[in-house]
Amino acid sequence: MKQIDLVIIGGGPAGLSAAKMAAESGLASLIVERNFNVGGQLVKQTHMFFGSEKQYAKTRGIDIAKILVDDVLKFPDLIEIMTDTSVVGLYKDKVVTLLQKEKYIKVKTNAIIIATGASEKVLAFENNDLPGIYGAGAVQTLMNVHGVLPGNDVVMVGSGNIGLIVSYQLIQAGVNVKCVLEAASTIGGYKVHASKLKRLGVDILTSHSIKKAIGKNYLEKIVIGKLDDKWKFIEGTEEEIEVDSLCISVGLSPLSNLLSMIGVDMKYVSTLGGLVPLIDKNHETSIKNIFVAGDVCGVEEASSAIVEGYLTGLVVAEKLGFKHPNYDELYLDFKDQLHNLRSGPFGEKLRLGLQEIMR
Amino acid sequence: MLNTNGVPDKALIKTKFPDEKYLIKPLAITECYEKIPCNPCSTSCPFDAIYIGEDINTAPIVDFEKCTGCGICVYNCPGLAIFIVQKLNEENARFKIPYELRPLPIKGETWSGVNRAGEIITKVLIEKVSLTNRHDRTALIQVLVPLEYINDFVTIRRQI
Repeated sequence: MKQIDLVIIGGGPAGLSAAKMAAESGLASLIVERNFNVGGQLVKQTHMFFGSEKQYAKTRGIDIAKILVDDVLKFPDLIEIMTDTSVVGLYKDKVVTLLQKEKYIKVKTNAIIIATGASEKVLAFENNDLPGIYGAGAVQTLMNVHGVLPGNDVVMVGSGNIGLIVSYQLIQAGVNVKCVLEAASTIGGYKVHASKLKRLGVDILTSHSIKKAIGKNYLEKIVIGKLDDKWKFIEGTEEEIEVDSLCISVGLSPLSNLLSMIGVDMKYVSTLGGLVPLIDKNHETSIKNIFVAGDVCGVEEASSAIVEGYLTGLVVAEKLGFKHPNYDELYLDFKDQLHNLRSGPFGEKLRLGLQEIMR
Repeated sequence: MLNTNGVPDKALIKTKFPDEKYLIKPLAITECYEKIPCNPCSTSCPFDAIYIGEDINTAPIVDFEKCTGCGICVYNCPGLAIFIVQKLNEENARFKIPYELRPLPIKGETWSGVNRAGEIITKVLIEKVSLTNRHDRTALIQVLVPLEYINDFVTIRRQI
Protein backbone atom coordinates (compact mmCIF):
# COMPACT_ATOMS: atom_id res chain seq x y z
CA MET A 1 0.00 0.00 0.00
CA LYS A 2 1.22 3.49 -0.93
CA GLN A 3 1.91 5.75 2.08
CA ILE A 4 1.63 9.54 2.01
CA ASP A 5 1.11 12.14 4.75
CA LEU A 6 -1.70 14.02 3.04
CA VAL A 7 -4.11 13.18 0.25
CA ILE A 8 -5.84 16.10 -1.47
CA ILE A 9 -8.89 15.12 -3.49
CA GLY A 10 -9.41 17.59 -6.33
CA GLY A 11 -6.80 19.61 -8.22
CA GLY A 12 -8.76 22.82 -8.64
CA PRO A 13 -7.90 26.19 -7.06
CA ALA A 14 -8.53 24.97 -3.48
CA GLY A 15 -6.62 21.68 -3.86
CA LEU A 16 -3.63 23.25 -5.60
CA SER A 17 -3.26 26.03 -3.04
CA ALA A 18 -3.62 23.55 -0.18
CA ALA A 19 -0.80 21.43 -1.63
CA LYS A 20 1.41 24.48 -2.05
CA MET A 21 0.96 25.69 1.52
CA ALA A 22 1.45 22.17 2.93
CA ALA A 23 4.66 21.81 0.91
CA GLU A 24 5.91 25.22 2.06
CA SER A 25 5.44 23.87 5.57
CA GLY A 26 7.40 20.73 4.68
CA LEU A 27 4.48 18.30 4.39
CA ALA A 28 4.28 15.87 1.45
CA SER A 29 0.99 15.41 -0.36
CA LEU A 30 -0.69 13.61 -3.20
CA ILE A 31 -3.20 15.49 -5.37
CA VAL A 32 -5.80 13.23 -6.94
CA GLU A 33 -7.59 14.71 -9.94
CA ARG A 34 -10.20 12.93 -12.03
CA ASN A 35 -9.71 15.16 -15.08
CA PHE A 36 -6.78 14.96 -17.49
CA ASN A 37 -5.31 18.19 -16.09
CA VAL A 38 -5.24 20.04 -12.82
CA GLY A 39 -6.51 23.62 -12.59
CA GLY A 40 -10.20 22.84 -12.15
CA GLN A 41 -12.67 25.30 -13.62
CA LEU A 42 -10.02 28.03 -13.79
CA VAL A 43 -8.66 26.66 -17.06
CA LYS A 44 -11.78 27.81 -18.92
CA GLN A 45 -12.15 31.24 -17.33
CA THR A 46 -10.96 33.79 -19.88
CA HIS A 47 -12.13 36.82 -17.89
CA MET A 48 -10.22 38.88 -15.35
CA PHE A 49 -10.93 37.95 -11.74
CA PHE A 50 -12.22 40.24 -9.01
CA GLY A 51 -10.81 40.39 -5.48
CA SER A 52 -7.48 41.86 -4.45
CA GLU A 53 -3.91 41.24 -5.60
CA LYS A 54 -3.45 38.48 -3.02
CA GLN A 55 -6.08 36.42 -4.86
CA TYR A 56 -4.63 37.36 -8.25
CA ALA A 57 -7.33 39.93 -9.06
CA LYS A 58 -7.31 41.36 -12.61
CA THR A 59 -5.54 38.19 -13.78
CA ARG A 60 -7.55 35.95 -16.12
CA GLY A 61 -8.67 32.61 -14.64
CA ILE A 62 -6.68 30.62 -17.17
CA ASP A 63 -3.53 32.48 -16.11
CA ILE A 64 -4.32 32.02 -12.40
CA ALA A 65 -4.45 28.26 -13.12
CA LYS A 66 -0.94 28.51 -14.60
CA ILE A 67 0.33 30.39 -11.53
CA LEU A 68 -1.14 27.83 -9.11
CA VAL A 69 0.13 24.86 -11.13
CA ASP A 70 3.62 26.39 -11.45
CA ASP A 71 3.67 26.96 -7.69
CA VAL A 72 2.91 23.29 -7.09
CA LEU A 73 5.53 22.14 -9.61
CA LYS A 74 8.17 23.99 -7.56
CA PHE A 75 7.93 21.15 -5.02
CA PRO A 76 8.59 18.01 -7.09
CA ASP A 77 9.86 16.15 -4.01
CA LEU A 78 6.86 16.98 -1.86
CA ILE A 79 3.86 17.12 -4.20
CA GLU A 80 2.76 14.23 -6.36
CA ILE A 81 -0.07 14.73 -8.85
CA MET A 82 -2.18 11.90 -10.22
CA THR A 83 -4.50 13.01 -13.01
CA ASP A 84 -7.17 10.93 -14.76
CA THR A 85 -7.65 9.30 -11.37
CA SER A 86 -10.89 8.90 -9.42
CA VAL A 87 -11.35 8.28 -5.74
CA VAL A 88 -13.53 5.19 -5.49
CA GLY A 89 -13.27 4.51 -1.78
CA LEU A 90 -12.64 6.52 1.34
CA TYR A 91 -12.41 4.93 4.77
CA LYS A 92 -12.36 6.23 8.31
CA ASP A 93 -8.93 4.72 8.98
CA LYS A 94 -7.62 7.12 6.29
CA VAL A 95 -7.31 4.61 3.50
CA VAL A 96 -8.15 6.02 0.09
CA THR A 97 -8.67 3.80 -2.91
CA LEU A 98 -8.08 5.15 -6.38
CA LEU A 99 -8.80 4.09 -9.90
CA GLN A 100 -6.27 5.26 -12.47
CA LYS A 101 -7.11 4.01 -15.92
CA GLU A 102 -7.60 0.28 -15.27
CA LYS A 103 -5.40 0.23 -12.18
CA TYR A 104 -6.72 0.04 -8.63
CA ILE A 105 -4.47 1.74 -6.07
CA LYS A 106 -4.65 1.83 -2.26
CA VAL A 107 -3.19 4.76 -0.34
CA LYS A 108 -2.73 5.03 3.44
CA THR A 109 -2.60 8.58 4.69
CA ASN A 110 -2.72 10.66 7.87
CA ALA A 111 -4.97 13.45 6.67
CA ILE A 112 -7.30 14.14 3.78
CA ILE A 113 -8.39 17.45 2.29
CA ILE A 114 -11.52 17.10 0.20
CA ALA A 115 -11.58 19.84 -2.41
CA THR A 116 -13.93 18.39 -4.98
CA GLY A 117 -15.67 21.66 -5.85
CA ALA A 118 -19.23 21.87 -7.10
CA SER A 119 -21.38 20.78 -10.03
CA GLU A 120 -24.03 22.62 -11.99
CA LYS A 121 -27.68 22.47 -11.07
CA VAL A 122 -30.17 21.44 -13.71
CA LEU A 123 -33.54 22.91 -14.53
CA ALA A 124 -36.69 20.91 -15.12
CA PHE A 125 -38.74 21.82 -18.20
CA GLU A 126 -40.31 19.99 -21.13
CA ASN A 127 -37.70 18.51 -23.50
CA ASN A 128 -34.74 19.63 -21.42
CA ASP A 129 -32.77 16.69 -22.82
CA LEU A 130 -32.72 17.87 -26.45
CA PRO A 131 -29.27 18.16 -28.02
CA GLY A 132 -28.27 21.83 -27.96
CA ILE A 133 -29.18 22.33 -24.32
CA TYR A 134 -26.03 22.75 -22.25
CA GLY A 135 -24.86 23.71 -18.82
CA ALA A 136 -22.82 26.92 -18.80
CA GLY A 137 -19.72 24.95 -17.78
CA ALA A 138 -19.97 22.70 -20.83
CA VAL A 139 -20.28 25.73 -23.08
CA GLN A 140 -17.13 27.21 -21.57
CA THR A 141 -15.27 23.92 -21.98
CA LEU A 142 -16.26 23.66 -25.62
CA MET A 143 -15.43 27.29 -26.44
CA ASN A 144 -12.51 28.13 -24.25
CA VAL A 145 -10.74 24.80 -23.84
CA HIS A 146 -11.45 23.04 -27.15
CA GLY A 147 -12.16 26.03 -29.42
CA VAL A 148 -15.50 24.64 -30.57
CA LEU A 149 -18.55 26.88 -31.01
CA PRO A 150 -21.50 25.53 -29.01
CA GLY A 151 -24.03 27.00 -31.45
CA ASN A 152 -25.00 30.10 -33.38
CA ASP A 153 -28.07 31.49 -31.60
CA VAL A 154 -28.12 31.08 -27.85
CA VAL A 155 -30.39 31.99 -24.96
CA MET A 156 -28.88 31.99 -21.47
CA VAL A 157 -30.98 30.93 -18.49
CA GLY A 158 -29.74 32.59 -15.29
CA SER A 159 -28.22 36.01 -14.64
CA GLY A 160 -25.81 35.11 -11.86
CA ASN A 161 -22.16 35.93 -12.46
CA ILE A 162 -21.60 32.69 -14.38
CA GLY A 163 -24.57 33.29 -16.68
CA LEU A 164 -23.50 36.88 -17.36
CA ILE A 165 -19.82 36.05 -17.86
CA VAL A 166 -20.47 33.07 -20.13
CA SER A 167 -22.90 35.18 -22.21
CA TYR A 168 -20.13 37.74 -22.67
CA GLN A 169 -17.65 35.02 -23.63
CA LEU A 170 -20.16 33.62 -26.15
CA ILE A 171 -20.29 37.05 -27.80
CA GLN A 172 -16.49 37.19 -27.82
CA ALA A 173 -16.57 33.85 -29.64
CA GLY A 174 -18.92 35.33 -32.25
CA VAL A 175 -22.14 33.69 -31.04
CA ASN A 176 -25.42 35.59 -31.16
CA VAL A 177 -26.76 35.76 -27.60
CA LYS A 178 -30.47 36.48 -28.03
CA CYS A 179 -31.25 37.25 -24.40
CA VAL A 180 -30.63 36.26 -20.79
CA LEU A 181 -33.58 34.97 -18.75
CA GLU A 182 -33.78 35.57 -15.01
CA ALA A 183 -36.59 34.15 -12.90
CA ALA A 184 -36.04 36.64 -10.06
CA SER A 185 -37.20 40.25 -10.35
CA THR A 186 -33.64 41.58 -10.30
CA ILE A 187 -30.33 40.61 -11.90
CA GLY A 188 -28.43 38.05 -9.82
CA GLY A 189 -24.78 38.79 -10.60
CA TYR A 190 -22.58 41.87 -10.43
CA LYS A 191 -24.12 44.78 -12.31
CA VAL A 192 -20.81 45.55 -14.02
CA HIS A 193 -21.16 42.21 -15.83
CA ALA A 194 -24.81 42.98 -16.67
CA SER A 195 -23.92 46.44 -18.01
CA LYS A 196 -21.15 44.94 -20.15
CA LEU A 197 -23.72 42.66 -21.82
CA LYS A 198 -26.41 45.29 -22.18
CA ARG A 199 -24.10 47.69 -23.99
CA LEU A 200 -23.43 44.88 -26.48
CA GLY A 201 -27.15 44.81 -27.12
CA VAL A 202 -28.17 41.78 -25.04
CA ASP A 203 -31.42 42.12 -23.10
CA ILE A 204 -31.65 40.64 -19.63
CA LEU A 205 -35.29 39.67 -19.06
CA THR A 206 -35.99 39.58 -15.34
CA SER A 207 -39.09 37.72 -14.05
CA HIS A 208 -38.81 35.42 -17.07
CA SER A 209 -38.03 31.75 -17.47
CA ILE A 210 -38.06 28.95 -19.98
CA LYS A 211 -41.29 27.00 -20.27
CA LYS A 212 -40.34 24.36 -22.77
CA ALA A 213 -37.94 23.42 -25.52
CA ILE A 214 -39.13 22.46 -29.00
CA GLY A 215 -37.30 20.39 -31.60
CA LYS A 216 -37.35 17.03 -33.33
CA ASN A 217 -33.77 15.80 -33.33
CA TYR A 218 -32.18 18.85 -31.77
CA LEU A 219 -33.19 22.16 -30.22
CA GLU A 220 -35.02 24.45 -32.65
CA LYS A 221 -37.10 26.79 -30.51
CA ILE A 222 -37.85 27.61 -26.93
CA VAL A 223 -40.97 28.98 -25.31
CA ILE A 224 -40.37 31.54 -22.58
CA GLY A 225 -42.87 33.23 -20.30
CA LYS A 226 -43.18 35.90 -17.68
CA LEU A 227 -43.29 34.91 -14.02
CA ASP A 228 -45.36 36.39 -11.22
CA ASP A 229 -43.85 37.16 -7.83
CA LYS A 230 -44.35 33.53 -6.78
CA TRP A 231 -42.32 32.42 -9.81
CA LYS A 232 -45.43 31.01 -11.56
CA PHE A 233 -45.87 31.52 -15.31
CA ILE A 234 -48.40 34.21 -16.16
CA GLU A 235 -50.93 32.92 -18.72
CA GLY A 236 -50.71 34.51 -22.14
CA THR A 237 -47.15 35.82 -21.78
CA GLU A 238 -45.59 32.96 -23.77
CA GLU A 239 -43.20 33.88 -26.50
CA GLU A 240 -41.26 31.68 -28.95
CA ILE A 241 -37.59 32.25 -29.66
CA GLU A 242 -35.67 30.44 -32.41
CA VAL A 243 -32.39 29.11 -31.04
CA ASP A 244 -30.02 26.25 -31.71
CA SER A 245 -28.56 26.31 -28.22
CA LEU A 246 -29.72 26.96 -24.72
CA CYS A 247 -27.32 27.49 -21.88
CA ILE A 248 -28.41 26.73 -18.31
CA SER A 249 -26.74 28.60 -15.48
CA VAL A 250 -28.94 28.33 -12.43
CA GLY A 251 -26.39 27.76 -9.70
CA LEU A 252 -24.02 25.16 -8.35
CA SER A 253 -24.23 22.39 -5.74
CA PRO A 254 -21.28 21.26 -3.63
CA LEU A 255 -19.85 17.90 -4.74
CA SER A 256 -20.01 16.49 -1.25
CA ASN A 257 -20.80 12.82 -1.99
CA LEU A 258 -17.45 11.55 -0.69
CA LEU A 259 -18.12 13.26 2.63
CA SER A 260 -21.55 11.68 2.97
CA MET A 261 -19.99 8.34 2.10
CA ILE A 262 -17.64 8.30 5.08
CA GLY A 263 -20.27 9.62 7.45
CA VAL A 264 -19.13 13.19 8.08
CA ASP A 265 -21.86 15.26 9.80
CA MET A 266 -23.67 17.11 7.02
CA LYS A 267 -26.31 19.78 6.74
CA TYR A 268 -28.49 21.07 3.92
CA VAL A 269 -27.88 24.82 3.61
CA SER A 270 -29.53 26.34 0.55
CA THR A 271 -27.44 29.54 0.64
CA LEU A 272 -24.29 27.40 0.35
CA GLY A 273 -25.71 25.45 -2.61
CA GLY A 274 -26.93 22.26 -0.93
CA LEU A 275 -25.58 19.49 1.28
CA VAL A 276 -22.38 20.62 3.02
CA PRO A 277 -20.20 19.29 5.85
CA LEU A 278 -20.18 20.82 9.32
CA ILE A 279 -16.73 22.29 9.89
CA ASP A 280 -14.72 24.06 12.56
CA LYS A 281 -12.87 27.34 12.03
CA ASN A 282 -9.94 25.44 10.52
CA HIS A 283 -12.12 23.54 8.03
CA GLU A 284 -11.90 20.22 9.86
CA THR A 285 -15.03 18.06 9.53
CA SER A 286 -16.63 15.98 12.29
CA ILE A 287 -14.14 13.20 11.48
CA LYS A 288 -10.66 13.93 12.79
CA ASN A 289 -8.07 14.85 10.16
CA ILE A 290 -10.61 15.03 7.36
CA PHE A 291 -10.68 18.58 6.08
CA VAL A 292 -12.52 20.43 3.33
CA ALA A 293 -11.67 23.48 1.20
CA GLY A 294 -13.35 25.37 -1.63
CA ASP A 295 -16.84 25.03 -3.07
CA VAL A 296 -17.44 21.62 -1.48
CA CYS A 297 -18.16 23.42 1.80
CA GLY A 298 -20.17 26.27 0.27
CA VAL A 299 -20.31 27.66 -3.26
CA GLU A 300 -18.33 30.89 -3.64
CA GLU A 301 -15.96 32.63 -6.02
CA ALA A 302 -12.68 30.95 -6.98
CA SER A 303 -10.81 33.69 -5.08
CA SER A 304 -12.24 32.35 -1.81
CA ALA A 305 -11.45 28.75 -2.82
CA ILE A 306 -7.79 29.71 -3.31
CA VAL A 307 -7.55 31.31 0.13
CA GLU A 308 -9.45 28.44 1.79
CA GLY A 309 -6.96 26.07 0.17
CA TYR A 310 -4.00 28.00 1.57
CA LEU A 311 -5.59 28.13 5.01
CA THR A 312 -6.42 24.43 5.10
CA GLY A 313 -3.00 23.35 3.79
CA LEU A 314 -1.35 25.50 6.43
CA VAL A 315 -3.46 24.12 9.28
CA VAL A 316 -3.21 20.46 8.25
CA ALA A 317 0.58 20.68 8.00
CA GLU A 318 0.78 22.19 11.48
CA LYS A 319 -1.46 19.45 12.86
CA LEU A 320 0.81 16.76 11.44
CA GLY A 321 3.88 18.37 12.96
CA PHE A 322 5.03 20.56 10.08
CA LYS A 323 4.57 24.13 11.25
CA HIS A 324 5.16 26.79 8.60
CA PRO A 325 7.88 29.26 9.73
CA ASN A 326 5.38 32.13 9.26
CA TYR A 327 2.37 30.19 10.55
CA ASP A 328 0.80 32.85 12.79
CA GLU A 329 1.21 35.65 10.30
CA LEU A 330 -0.15 33.58 7.38
CA TYR A 331 -3.05 32.21 9.40
CA LEU A 332 -4.24 35.69 10.31
CA ASP A 333 -3.71 36.93 6.77
CA PHE A 334 -5.79 34.12 5.20
CA LYS A 335 -8.58 34.63 7.73
CA ASP A 336 -8.49 38.34 7.04
CA GLN A 337 -8.62 37.83 3.26
CA LEU A 338 -11.64 35.53 3.56
CA HIS A 339 -13.37 38.02 5.80
CA ASN A 340 -12.68 40.81 3.31
CA LEU A 341 -13.93 38.80 0.30
CA ARG A 342 -17.17 37.96 2.12
CA SER A 343 -17.93 41.16 3.99
CA GLY A 344 -19.82 43.02 1.23
CA PRO A 345 -23.56 42.85 0.48
CA PHE A 346 -22.99 40.02 -2.05
CA GLY A 347 -21.48 37.93 0.77
CA GLU A 348 -24.44 38.34 3.10
CA LYS A 349 -26.28 35.09 2.36
CA LEU A 350 -23.00 33.25 2.34
CA ARG A 351 -22.02 34.60 5.76
CA LEU A 352 -25.33 33.39 7.20
CA GLY A 353 -24.87 29.99 5.55
CA LEU A 354 -21.35 29.61 6.90
CA GLN A 355 -22.57 30.35 10.41
CA GLU A 356 -24.96 27.42 10.08
CA ILE A 357 -22.20 24.89 9.41
CA MET A 358 -19.79 25.96 12.14
CA ARG A 359 -19.36 23.21 14.70
CA MET B 1 -32.86 50.45 -14.11
CA LEU B 2 -29.49 49.03 -13.22
CA ASN B 3 -30.99 46.22 -11.12
CA THR B 4 -33.43 45.00 -13.73
CA ASN B 5 -31.72 45.51 -17.09
CA GLY B 6 -28.14 46.58 -16.39
CA VAL B 7 -28.64 50.21 -17.51
CA PRO B 8 -27.85 52.89 -14.93
CA ASP B 9 -30.17 55.89 -15.16
CA LYS B 10 -28.79 59.28 -16.07
CA ALA B 11 -28.85 60.67 -12.53
CA LEU B 12 -26.79 57.71 -11.33
CA ILE B 13 -24.28 58.09 -14.17
CA LYS B 14 -23.83 61.76 -13.32
CA THR B 15 -22.84 60.91 -9.75
CA LYS B 16 -19.67 59.40 -11.20
CA PHE B 17 -18.80 62.40 -13.39
CA PRO B 18 -16.84 65.33 -11.97
CA ASP B 19 -17.86 68.94 -12.21
CA GLU B 20 -17.54 70.00 -15.84
CA LYS B 21 -14.62 72.31 -15.13
CA TYR B 22 -12.41 69.30 -14.38
CA LEU B 23 -13.11 67.74 -17.77
CA ILE B 24 -10.65 70.02 -19.57
CA LYS B 25 -8.17 67.26 -18.75
CA PRO B 26 -8.74 63.51 -19.26
CA LEU B 27 -10.21 61.76 -16.20
CA ALA B 28 -11.22 58.27 -15.13
CA ILE B 29 -14.92 57.61 -14.60
CA THR B 30 -15.53 54.51 -12.50
CA GLU B 31 -18.96 53.11 -13.29
CA CYS B 32 -18.91 50.78 -10.34
CA TYR B 33 -22.17 51.26 -8.47
CA GLU B 34 -22.15 48.23 -6.20
CA LYS B 35 -20.12 47.13 -3.24
CA ILE B 36 -18.24 44.19 -4.69
CA PRO B 37 -14.97 42.72 -3.37
CA CYS B 38 -12.55 44.17 -5.91
CA ASN B 39 -9.70 46.68 -5.93
CA PRO B 40 -7.36 46.44 -8.96
CA CYS B 41 -8.30 49.97 -10.12
CA SER B 42 -6.92 51.37 -6.90
CA THR B 43 -3.79 49.20 -6.73
CA SER B 44 -2.94 49.68 -10.42
CA CYS B 45 -3.13 53.49 -10.34
CA PRO B 46 0.41 54.93 -10.48
CA PHE B 47 -0.83 58.30 -9.20
CA ASP B 48 -2.68 57.04 -6.15
CA ALA B 49 -5.79 58.70 -7.52
CA ILE B 50 -8.36 55.95 -6.90
CA TYR B 51 -9.29 55.28 -3.31
CA ILE B 52 -10.79 52.02 -2.03
CA GLY B 53 -8.95 51.35 1.21
CA GLU B 54 -8.75 48.30 3.49
CA ASP B 55 -12.28 47.04 2.85
CA ILE B 56 -12.13 45.98 -0.79
CA ASN B 57 -15.95 46.02 -0.96
CA THR B 58 -15.90 49.81 -0.94
CA ALA B 59 -16.81 51.41 -4.28
CA PRO B 60 -13.88 53.34 -5.79
CA ILE B 61 -13.60 57.10 -5.38
CA VAL B 62 -11.51 59.04 -7.90
CA ASP B 63 -9.46 62.03 -6.82
CA PHE B 64 -9.93 64.20 -9.92
CA GLU B 65 -7.03 66.45 -8.88
CA LYS B 66 -4.59 63.54 -8.91
CA CYS B 67 -6.03 61.61 -11.89
CA THR B 68 -4.10 62.15 -15.14
CA GLY B 69 -6.39 60.09 -17.37
CA CYS B 70 -3.54 57.72 -18.26
CA GLY B 71 -5.96 54.83 -18.77
CA ILE B 72 -4.08 52.16 -16.80
CA CYS B 73 -7.12 51.50 -14.58
CA VAL B 74 -9.30 51.09 -17.69
CA TYR B 75 -7.69 47.85 -18.81
CA ASN B 76 -7.00 46.68 -15.25
CA CYS B 77 -10.67 46.81 -14.22
CA PRO B 78 -12.06 43.23 -14.26
CA GLY B 79 -15.57 44.62 -14.71
CA LEU B 80 -14.64 46.80 -17.72
CA ALA B 81 -16.42 49.52 -15.79
CA ILE B 82 -13.94 52.38 -16.18
CA PHE B 83 -13.37 54.76 -19.08
CA ILE B 84 -11.45 57.99 -19.56
CA VAL B 85 -13.22 61.14 -20.77
CA GLN B 86 -12.06 64.62 -21.68
CA LYS B 87 -13.95 67.58 -23.07
CA LEU B 88 -11.70 68.61 -25.99
CA ASN B 89 -13.65 71.63 -27.25
CA GLU B 90 -17.25 72.66 -27.83
CA GLU B 91 -17.69 69.98 -30.50
CA ASN B 92 -15.93 66.90 -29.27
CA ALA B 93 -15.07 64.73 -26.32
CA ARG B 94 -12.26 62.21 -26.29
CA PHE B 95 -12.80 58.81 -24.66
CA LYS B 96 -10.49 55.91 -23.86
CA ILE B 97 -12.51 52.73 -23.50
CA PRO B 98 -11.74 49.03 -22.86
CA TYR B 99 -12.48 46.67 -25.76
CA GLU B 100 -12.26 42.88 -25.74
CA LEU B 101 -13.92 41.86 -29.01
CA ARG B 102 -12.07 41.01 -32.20
CA PRO B 103 -11.34 42.21 -34.81
CA LEU B 104 -10.04 45.41 -33.27
CA PRO B 105 -10.76 48.76 -34.88
CA ILE B 106 -7.98 50.45 -36.84
CA LYS B 107 -6.87 54.04 -36.32
CA GLY B 108 -8.73 56.39 -38.65
CA GLU B 109 -11.82 54.20 -39.04
CA THR B 110 -15.31 55.42 -38.27
CA TRP B 111 -17.31 53.15 -35.96
CA SER B 112 -20.74 53.44 -34.40
CA GLY B 113 -20.96 54.98 -30.95
CA VAL B 114 -23.17 52.98 -28.59
CA ASN B 115 -24.96 53.96 -25.37
CA ARG B 116 -25.47 51.98 -22.16
CA ALA B 117 -28.67 50.41 -23.50
CA GLY B 118 -26.75 49.00 -26.47
CA GLU B 119 -28.26 51.44 -28.97
CA ILE B 120 -26.28 53.14 -31.73
CA ILE B 121 -26.38 56.88 -31.04
CA THR B 122 -23.69 58.44 -33.20
CA LYS B 123 -20.57 57.94 -35.28
CA VAL B 124 -17.17 58.06 -33.66
CA LEU B 125 -13.62 58.33 -35.00
CA ILE B 126 -11.02 55.80 -33.86
CA GLU B 127 -7.93 57.82 -32.91
CA LYS B 128 -5.69 55.21 -31.36
CA VAL B 129 -5.66 51.50 -30.54
CA SER B 130 -3.32 50.31 -27.79
CA LEU B 131 -2.71 46.64 -27.09
CA THR B 132 0.58 45.49 -25.61
CA ASN B 133 1.40 42.69 -23.15
CA ARG B 134 0.70 45.17 -20.39
CA HIS B 135 -2.92 45.45 -21.56
CA ASP B 136 -3.34 41.68 -21.19
CA ARG B 137 -5.75 41.28 -24.13
CA THR B 138 -8.01 44.19 -23.12
CA ALA B 139 -7.37 46.82 -25.79
CA LEU B 140 -7.53 50.51 -24.93
CA ILE B 141 -9.32 52.40 -27.71
CA GLN B 142 -9.14 56.18 -27.99
CA VAL B 143 -12.18 57.64 -29.76
CA LEU B 144 -13.48 61.06 -30.70
CA VAL B 145 -17.15 61.45 -29.79
CA PRO B 146 -19.52 64.39 -30.45
CA LEU B 147 -19.71 66.39 -27.20
CA GLU B 148 -23.49 66.10 -26.88
CA TYR B 149 -23.06 62.37 -26.14
CA ILE B 150 -20.56 62.84 -23.33
CA ASN B 151 -22.92 61.28 -20.76
CA ASP B 152 -24.33 58.66 -23.13
CA PHE B 153 -21.48 57.16 -25.11
CA VAL B 154 -20.01 54.00 -23.61
CA THR B 155 -18.66 51.71 -26.33
CA ILE B 156 -18.08 51.22 -30.03
CA ARG B 157 -19.54 48.83 -32.60
CA ARG B 158 -18.32 48.03 -36.10
CA GLN B 159 -20.52 49.69 -38.70
CA ILE B 160 -22.41 47.24 -40.89
